[in-house]
Amino acid sequence: MALTGAAPIVSARRDLEGSRTLEAYLASGGYEGLRKALGMSPEEVAAEVDAASLLGRGGAGFPAGRKWSMLAKSPVRYLVVNGDESEPATFKDHLLVESDPHQIVEGTLIAAYAVQATQAFIYLRGEFALGLELLQQAVDEAYEHGAAGRDIFGSGFSIDVVVHPGAGAYICGEETALLESLEGKRGFPRIKPPYFPAAIGLYGKPTIVNNVETVSNLPWIVIHGGKAFASLGEGSSTGTRLFALSGHVRRPGVYELEMAKTTFRDLIYAPVLGDGIRHGHELKAFVPGGVSAPWFGPEQLDMPLSQDEVGKAGSMLGSGSVVVMDDHDCVVRAAWRITHFFWRESCGQCTPCREGSGWLEKLMRRIEEGQGRDEDLDLLMDICDNIAPGLTWPPQQTTICVLGPSIPSSIASAIRMFRDEFLVHVKEGGCPYA
Amino acid sequence: MELYPEKRSALIPICHIAQAEHGWLTPEVIEGIAELLGLTPAEVRGTASFYEMLRTEPTGRYLVSICTNIACMLDGAYELLEHAEERLGIAVGETSSDGMFTLEESECLAGCDMAPCVQVNYRYVGKLDSAGFDSLVGELAAGERDADIPPHGVLIRTPRRAPRAVAGAPSGGGRSAGGEQAASSGAAGQVS
Ligand SMILES: Cc1cc2nc3c(=O)[nH]c(=O)nc-3n(C[C@H](O)[C@H](O)[C@H](O)COP(=O)(O)O)c2cc1C
Ligand code: SF4
Ligand code: FES
Repeated sequence: MALTGAAPIVSARRDLEGSRTLEAYLASGGYEGLRKALGMSPEEVAAEVDAASLLGRGGAGFPAGRKWSMLAKSPVRYLVVNGDESEPATFKDHLLVESDPHQIVEGTLIAAYAVQATQAFIYLRGEFALGLELLQQAVDEAYEHGAAGRDIFGSGFSIDVVVHPGAGAYICGEETALLESLEGKRGFPRIKPPYFPAAIGLYGKPTIVNNVETVSNLPWIVIHGGKAFASLGEGSSTGTRLFALSGHVRRPGVYELEMAKTTFRDLIYAPVLGDGIRHGHELKAFVPGGVSAPWFGPEQLDMPLSQDEVGKAGSMLGSGSVVVMDDHDCVVRAAWRITHFFWRESCGQCTPCREGSGWLEKLMRRIEEGQGRDEDLDLLMDICDNIAPGLTWPPQQTTICVLGPSIPSSIASAIRMFRDEFLVHVKEGGCPYA
Repeated sequence: MELYPEKRSALIPICHIAQAEHGWLTPEVIEGIAELLGLTPAEVRGTASFYEMLRTEPTGRYLVSICTNIACMLDGAYELLEHAEERLGIAVGETSSDGMFTLEESECLAGCDMAPCVQVNYRYVGKLDSAGFDSLVGELAAGERDADIPPHGVLIRTPRRAPRAVAGAPSGGGRSAGGEQAASSGAAGQVS
């Protein structure tokens, strides 16, 4: 076991009594990062984040500092914080919103100052009813405290922060769909290029989109310095990261771990983390980073939680969510349910995504229900190949956004790892686990 | 509306607020919102229908959402959903005849550590087995959960304030409701 003693950064207050209140937040060093940042130049703040090599925590893992440096010059610029959190099995931002909303507000303000935004929005999925209330209260308290609004802490920097509720649509987590949604439209992703948010974003203005967990790291980075953050982890995977563990482990939950120093085995089996598989069952497979990611099996347990390593092995850490399946779970059913999700949530703009997800869903359902044929496996792979040509990793994109090319991940993994199980479904005319 | 550089951005928040009136967006409410934002009712309806939470059909006082996505499915979500249909006497997507319950099968609710995850009016009621579900239904029907679960449509009980730096409202003051809330009661006002 290689559980490092690294202290938590973003989830440090999760067990602190009253952590949602301004009082408790201030008493535990809250808004000190913002104060310090405002005493620095925006460039200096951005340089610390660059030195931290903080990778985005929303799924794509793009370095935040580099993203900021790409923001086009303009008198009007926006910062949008992405709290849509709808990738299945991802529930880390949920923890941050409910246990430490002020940290999100402070991180938002620091980012807004660093990129010299003129207005900031925090987009939270609508299903976080309590989270929306808590975050709104935190924003209001920040205004009362002089930490948001006009002339923050007497620095001359002013910015408004608006909490915006989503309304139930997975695709609105994709950054350009989120901007459409924030403009009051349907969440249809925009074509990149030209619609890179840093160039043409909200209302056509340059916009930075960062995830809730990404900005939650900023107060710590400003206070302790980018170097201190970069000294945690390894290679490009610096700092700590929240991992949401679910499925058949004894202790599902969100765990903050030093990146690259901890392995999947630690996460799933360490008594203080997942504590192993329930009911004495055996691990069968796991999803390493959200349902868009190709699956891993027991052979990959000793892989470190590192963006590079997982990427090299043909998958991704993605949104940081790990789902554990055991030897009593049917992988056909699991892959069907993931495909069902994509089919339901496809926005419908691109044919391979809209039609492909529908065909895959039907075929998978047919196999699970016992009406499948041997040829269906090749048919499934053909359709997958149509959506993401070559089934390479990272996938080739023929669609407007990457939801489409993510669809084949689960089916292609399940067939690659458990072909026999599909054939048993076909031969026995039903699910052997039902 | 004054929270945003362009007023159309207020569409989703206004729809949420307007749902508080009837629990769903009636045709009259949609017309009111359209007028307010300078859109056609078809534009408002077209946008609203894209979103799962904006409801254009009558919805019960309690919207029960049961997640059946991967983590919840592994922990018996479909069995719970079936039980819920039986207990409530309605199929997924339906509303009970007394208008109390609407049952919905939902995608991941970001509460996968409480699988199978259930929300009522978007408030987490946790991991539930059949017995837990039955007692929840009993409590809801008896009005015992009114304090933590307001009727469907009331999403955010904290009023959203108008920003102060850009809009130039007095700072430090206790302006409780933004223009938006007034606007929505305006929309609702046209209904009655
Ligand atoms: C289909 C789809 C769904 C996404 N959902 C989310 C989400 O719920 N939350 C999020 O932060 N990023 C999500 N992303 C990633 C965003 O597009 C974007 O990369 C991210 O918000 C940028 O923030 P970061 O650089 O801090 O990670 C999604 C992407 C896709 C393609
Ligand atoms: S890939 Fe799918 S979700 Fe993305 S824009 Fe195309 S149809 Fe919509
Ligand atoms: S899978 Fe059910 S809440 Fe996430």
